[in-house]
Amino acid sequence: MFRFVLIRFGRAFVTIIAVMTFAFVVLRLSGDPAAVIMGPDAPIEAVNAFRAAWGLDQPVWVQYVAYIQAIFTGDFGVSMRGQSPALDLVVERIPATLELTLPALLLQLAIGIPAGIYAALHRDSAIDRGVILGAVMGFTIPSFVMGLVLVLVFAVTLGWLPSGGDATWQHAILPVIAMSVGGIGILARFSRSAMIEVMGQPYIRTASAKGVTWGSVVRGHALPNAAVPIVTIVGFMVGSLLAGAVVVETIFSWPGIGRLLIVSVTNRDLAVVQCILLLVAAVMVVSNLVVDLLYGWLDPRLRGHAAH
Amino acid sequence: MSRSHLVQIRDLSVAFDGVPVLHGIDLDVAPGEAVGLVGESGCGKSVTWLAALGLLPAKARVSGQVRLGAVDLVGAQRATLEGVRGAKVAMIFQDPSSALNPVIRAGRQITEALGIHRGLKGKAARREAVRLMELVGIPDPARRFDLYPHEFSGGQCQRLMIAMALAGEPDLLVADEPTTALDATIQAQILDLLATLREEMGMAVVFISHDLGAVAQVCERICVMYAGRIVESGPVGRVFDAPRHPYTRGLFDALPSLTGPRTRLSPIPGTVPDPRALPQGCAFAPRCARAVAVCSLQRPRLEPDADGRALACFDPVPADARTPAEAQHPAARASAAVRAVDEAAPPFMPGPHGAGPAGSGPDRGRWQEAAQ
Ligand SMILES: Nc1ncnc2c1ncn2[C@@H]1O[C@H](COP(=O)(O)OP(=O)(O)OP(=O)(O)O)[C@@H](O)[C@H]1O
Ligand code: SF4
Ligand SMILES: [Mg+2]
Repeated sequence: MFRFVLIRFGRAFVTIIAVMTFAFVVLRLSGDPAAVIMGPDAPIEAVNAFRAAWGLDQPVWVQYVAYIQAIFTGDFGVSMRGQSPALDLVVERIPATLELTLPALLLQLAIGIPAGIYAALHRDSAIDRGVILGAVMGFTIPSFVMGLVLVLVFAVTLGWLPSGGDATWQHAILPVIAMSVGGIGILARFSRSAMIEVMGQPYIRTASAKGVTWGSVVRGHALPNAAVPIVTIVGFMVGSLLAGAVVVETIFSWPGIGRLLIVSVTNRDLAVVQCILLLVAAVMVVSNLVVDLLYGWLDPRLRGHAAH
Repeated sequence: MSRSHLVQIRDLSVAFDGVPVLHGIDLDVAPGEAVGLVGESGCGKSVTWLAALGLLPAKARVSGQVRLGAVDLVGAQRATLEGVRGAKVAMIFQDPSSALNPVIRAGRQITEALGIHRGLKGKAARREAVRLMELVGIPDPARRFDLYPHEFSGGQCQRLMIAMALAGEPDLLVADEPTTALDATIQAQILDLLATLREEMGMAVVFISHDLGAVAQVCERICVMYAGRIVESGPVGRVFDAPRHPYTRGLFDALPSLTGPRTRLSPIPGTVPDPRALPQGCAFAPRCARAVAVCSLQRPRLEPDADGRALACFDPVPADARTPAEAQHPAARASAAVRAVDEAAPPFMPGPHGAGPAGSGPDRGRWQEAAQ
């Protein structure tokens, strides 16, 4: 078990380094922050001075080494705009993003999984067909379309809810819905097929044959087995939630990390962008790690393999 | 309706997606009796008992009667079925490794049944489960209680299944090819275990198998099924002695003879008909060497004959026709077929002597000798 955890941590570390490197190189090659930040009319001397001040006149690999060294001392760089540490800017925005992503994740779990399981247990019923249809619509409609439609209907036409900002909890309703719909669809579809698969397994028939009531067969025998594939997909969804945050926060002017990322990319505020990407990578790596550990907990067959 | 029967199946029929696969099975099981159900793959052996216990998927259409005392299980309420399963009729299945829940500890799967049927909880349930595990021959049961099914061998999983089935002290145990997935020595051990348990607990057994030798070892009565119908049934001794339905006869002829000269095997020509396209008359007619004109026009009914068996055939093999092996060794009559089967069963490699558990009687010895 210890070795298993160690290997996972090693892999997680390598993943994060890879993401950092990739982001660093792409950002350096895709445009000159000095030109953007100083504006098109800035005198050439000023631009050059800016470059020198930020080390942008150095070769990329020199910049990279300096960047990595700084990170290992806990220095994530300084925003080229506001002069404040990039990390502070990002950390400041984390709560706002959590205010959307956590409720969205809970909503996805609380609606997607039960809907999928119910549909699986009542296969081919009207409700099952309804769930499938709803699920397909849920994950085929892109979140920006969803967001715009919600604004149009509930904010503009009906006037029930605000269309943007973060003043009250009502402001969070539309963005949370826009963010969770796709995941609800995916989870419902996935839970349904996982449950159907499990319910067809011989051990379910064995449980029924020994007199276990239907409800206990579902809860005690089927769900623990269906949990393995469902947990996998939930792990993936944490990543897609962050992607959704970028879009949804922008549409609803929600002051979270997603919007900060868009603004910083537009401004070529490299340190901030890198810091956010690092955070996103870390979140995804951690969620994968949690999924891996959950596997071992949920499925005893994987414990043996995991150790080797 | 006779009260001496534990289970009475009448005209049990099953269709999947409009395709009938079981066409009116009549079958009685008396208390304590052991009945063998044999036939080629797909003839409906499993479906018969899954239907009886309401374990088929919802798309299956089941009709007829399965009487257990005063209750008819066909179309019964879910609660009625749940009250019967495991308590009166238990069932174990072919592939023990996939028939146990992979994420639940082995012992817990037994105590679950003990809780349902005998109200045992906690320590008492654990103690009883350990006793059952010991009874079915799991070594070191107290320690292995907490292991998961994948930590047991196939044979041990089947023992666990049996322990689970015994937890409800059922009147009838339906064993659906309990040894097919196991290798030869283990097969013999499991068969021994079933025979011993049956004797000790006095429960009836329905033994579903491809393996005629195993049926002879475990059962008193045999039912031969073909294409969703019973075609011959009767006491094991008589049917093995002189199989009369051409299909039953074919099953025996397909087995190599140990005692006779090394003649060519004569497997039954052709294949099992597709349930969607059954022949109009006797389902076996296209493969039957004895077929007469009427066979392809009408279906023979299952009728009792003079010597206590039932047959569905217009032109059965005469009762005194013998296989060459039997003719050469008249003294060996009933056991000749058994030995032949024993050698023939494909996975039956000669195993080491004395591999069977304690309780191998003289019969057991003869059995293994024949297998060498
Ligand atoms: N769930 C199912 N859906 C559709 N058809 C089925 C189902 N279960 C069984 N059948 C069909 O019913 C027929 C009888 O099957 P059954 O499993 O009873 O055969 P069997 O005699 O037990 O064979 P085997 O020796 O291979 O176990 C077969 O034609 C099979 O294809
Ligand atoms: S009824 Fe005819 S075809 Fe069918 S088994 Fe008997 S002899 Fe053969
Ligand atoms: Mg079967």
